[in-house]
Amino acid sequence: MAKKRQGAFTAQINGKTVVISNAPVGVYRTVGSVIFDCINYAVITLAAITTVLPILYIIFNSFATEFELQTRSMFLIPHTWSTDAYIYIFASNKLIRAFGNSVFITVCGTLINLFCTVTMAYPLSKKYLKMRKPILNIVIFSMFFSGGMIPGYIVVSSWLGMSGTYWALLIPGAISAYNMMIVKNFFQGIPQELEESANLDGCNDLMTLVRIVLPLSLPVLATFGLFYAVGHWNSYFSAMIYLTDDKMYPLQLILRQIIITAEASASDMTLMDPDFVEPPKESIKMAVIVVATVPIMCVYPFLQKYFVKGVMVGALKG
Amino acid sequence: MTVNARSETSMPVTRKIESQNSVKRFVVAIMRNKWLYIMMIPGLVYFLVFKYLPMWGLIIGFENYAPYTGPLKSPFQGLEWFRFFFSTPMWLNYLGNTLILSFMSIILTFPAPIILALMLNEIRNMLFKKITQTLLYMPHFISIVIVVSITYVIFGAGGIIYKLTENIVGHSIDYLGDPGVFRWMIVGQSIWKETGWGTIIFLAALTNVDTQLYEASMIDGANRAQRLWHITLPAIRSTIVLMLVLRMGSVLDTGYEHLILMSNSLNRTVSLTLDVFVYQNGIKGGLYSYTTAVGLMKSIVSVLMVVTSNKIAHALGEEGLY
Repeated sequence: MAKKRQGAFTAQINGKTVVISNAPVGVYRTVGSVIFDCINYAVITLAAITTVLPILYIIFNSFATEFELQTRSMFLIPHTWSTDAYIYIFASNKLIRAFGNSVFITVCGTLINLFCTVTMAYPLSKKYLKMRKPILNIVIFSMFFSGGMIPGYIVVSSWLGMSGTYWALLIPGAISAYNMMIVKNFFQGIPQELEESANLDGCNDLMTLVRIVLPLSLPVLATFGLFYAVGHWNSYFSAMIYLTDDKMYPLQLILRQIIITAEASASDMTLMDPDFVEPPKESIKMAVIVVATVPIMCVYPFLQKYFVKGVMVGALKG
Repeated sequence: MTVNARSETSMPVTRKIESQNSVKRFVVAIMRNKWLYIMMIPGLVYFLVFKYLPMWGLIIGFENYAPYTGPLKSPFQGLEWFRFFFSTPMWLNYLGNTLILSFMSIILTFPAPIILALMLNEIRNMLFKKITQTLLYMPHFISIVIVVSITYVIFGAGGIIYKLTENIVGHSIDYLGDPGVFRWMIVGQSIWKETGWGTIIFLAALTNVDTQLYEASMIDGANRAQRLWHITLPAIRSTIVLMLVLRMGSVLDTGYEHLILMSNSLNRTVSLTLDVFVYQNGIKGGLYSYTTAVGLMKSIVSVLMVVTSNKIAHALGEEGLY
């Protein structure tokens, strides 16, 4: 639809107004309209620059020498490039281990998420299933009301005894009720005849799911898998409250330790703080930020359309 | 239902047979789909253990919970914790911090994606649109730890913005510690991170607008502002209302994962919202019963807010959330 409208009055600003012949008769671009377009383009460009500039600044400055960072004030592109900061952070295996932990948590967590989401969503997509309504109500109610932070913490840490293990990070968020409902709605849209014919050919429900339904819903699974994966990669809170051994810490938590806790305790002047760490040099902080961001930034441009599709699917339902 | 209605008038014996039959039918129906039920077990267990067990766990808010005695044997206290919370002089402060931050972020962050979506919608150069959208969506995928870390590097002492303000204003501003700046930093970070991503849902609603409406209005002589006001905005009105209903439900949620990272001893007077209070005294301080009670009040208010704002949405003639 957007394309159609574009064709109707395509007029681009290259310093001047271009009157396009296929514009509907009687449409003239008024001066106000042109001014509006100029401002519009300018504001959006500015917004986009504001979005990327901090990230670019961090990336470029992480390659600057510590001397340049201390002496030269305010620059984006360093004069002399150096990889000292990266050599320094990869010399200790703390960061590499944290990176590995994050990868492990993300891969296992996402697999658990997808397994539980699909196995819950598929039966609930069958309208003839007995007890379907009450189970759906159980799910929907949990979207509006929750026990809150503390009871959830007590259940995981003391009643189930998961604290100190990765289970506490992987299991408590196994299903997002919202994502599950969207996947369920997608399954409902798959033609029933396909599954019936599979049943006639002797497939039980489990085999139908694996052989017929899952191959048809790969794009949806990819989308939600990505959402879950980004969630795991970016999360720090459950790791912070449940993990005790800092050898198990994921990257985000190490990042918090290196930059935020160190900085805050330095500015507090409370050297009694047990978390106190000597604030690292600027370039090292920046290099750590880059290492933690790069994996997402590398995959993001290629996967953007899946992410957007995921939001759209949810939006249509809502 | 029909079984019951009939059995009222039947002999007891028939009734027994019929109820046996209905049980049998139920069992047969379950067995026919046994794989579907087996499949559901992990999910069901998950919801019961991680969603409903904590709800049952809310009873510790009404007792003096001791981890070793367990929730069943801990002494029951009734509403003692609630009374205690309202007797502390600080509770108004926590509530005030929560509400101020929350309304500030609703007023400032809620309209931002709508405005940006409307602006992006006016762009006709598809390449430009695609590039800017890609850039604007990106921060959504950057973790909050990284956003706060970048803030620390850029706004902290010696950071580029810190130096810039020193040069322009003449004196330095403690962006990370000053209580007066704290809320603006939080809202600013949220806007930077989520505005672009927030446009998707509105842009999706905008693609559903019938283009004939625009053409007809142009023939009738409507200018761009009039088209925006009379066609585009009404088209996304229900989406806006829906998003607002959802947002109002979380009016007491201040995003503790974000706040915990930004709070320090200098800005404690404004950074302690109900969420942060629950985290610090509950998880860090071990006052489980007390903070559970405070959290419960929060949850109840949230549910009430969703219900109320949904009612208002219905009154405005919108579909709302349910």
